[in-house]
Amino acid sequence: MNTIVAQLQRQFQGYIVSLYQQGYLDNQFTELRKLQDEGSPDFVAEVVSLFFDDCAKLINDMSTSLERPDHVDFKQVDSGVHQLKGSSSSVGARRVKSVCIAFKECCDVQNREGCLRCLQQVDYEYKMLKTKLQDLFNLEQQILQAGGTIPQVSMN
Amino acid sequence: MGMETESQFHVLAVDDSLFDRKMIERLLQKSSCQVTTVDSGSKALEFLGLRVDDEDPNVLSTSPHIHQEVEINLIITDYCMPGMTGYDLLKKVKESAAFKSIPVVIMSSENVPARISRCLEEGAEEFFLKPVKLADLTKLKPHMMKTKLKKESEKSAKEEESEVSKPEIEEEEAVIEILPLHQELESEQLETIVSSSNKRKAMEEVISTDRSRPKYNDITTSV
Repeated sequence: MNTIVAQLQRQFQGYIVSLYQQGYLDNQFTELRKLQDEGSPDFVAEVVSLFFDDCAKLINDMSTSLERPDHVDFKQVDSGVHQLKGSSSSVGARRVKSVCIAFKECCDVQNREGCLRCLQQVDYEYKMLKTKLQDLFNLEQQILQAGGTIPQVSMN
Repeated sequence: MGMETESQFHVLAVDDSLFDRKMIERLLQKSSCQVTTVDSGSKALEFLGLRVDDEDPNVLSTSPHIHQEVEINLIITDYCMPGMTGYDLLKKVKESAAFKSIPVVIMSSENVPARISRCLEEGAEEFFLKPVKLADLTKLKPHMMKTKLKKESEKSAKEEESEVSKPEIEEEEAVIEILPLHQELESEQLETIVSSSNKRKAMEEVISTDRSRPKYNDITTSV
């Protein structure tokens, strides 16, 4: 049984490190994990879930604002990007945040085409991260069910 | 005579974003603070017990109906909020006689130096850039300590008035040179007095939740 736990822990460690190395996550995700404890064992999953819900809603609203070429509400888009940038930053969603930075620039110069491209990209990135983190959480559950503890991973 | 049982600090957190509220709440809980979150500046003022005049929002009065039973040791607020911004809230708190002593901290996702200095000038204790980290919150303890110590030293002063020799309990800025001889003074009160020095670090070391600090049982005055 110990070997299984050790195996799963190694798998977990390898996976989360790869997420950092590939730029999906940054140090802020580590900070987020620090906030999880016995009192709040699902904190990361909850916050991340909130974040993804936010992404879906904001992307949908911005899509509507960008729809008609002659009538773009850039103010609304700017507000959406601002929120998305803030929450992605808080969660450690590095790639999503990067797209938001580019997105803001397009919005500032009222470049509708650029905005549409960024919107598509941010949609792709958040969904990609969602599946990655789901895999990570599944690994966590497997470790816990096998009676092990989730390893602390520090990225320097 | 012991320490007050509510040794936890109570923080009022203000942010219009649900996500950010959840984050700051967890950060504060993890830092052993009690937290109340509200989603707007006006709700924050309501919670404090300040009634905002509907006709003239510049007029603030303490609501006769709300008795502030909850002691707030710190207000932490987002800067960018619809309606009343964090800066507006800061101003209103500092303008109120009842609440201006409550330390206020501003958070923002944008690093705008002019904004930061404006807030600090208006009386904000700290300005945190989002995302706020656990390490940032350790900066809050000294500010919250001030309000608690002030109340405790006021209490001690009142209790000692009837005694023969009155210990000199100064404001926290003054350095305490004369330590009272009283054996009756319990270690907690001594810690309060000792920590009322102008050294913040000493304050943090002396008042810690784990009791590893030395006991001041045998004290001789040094004049």
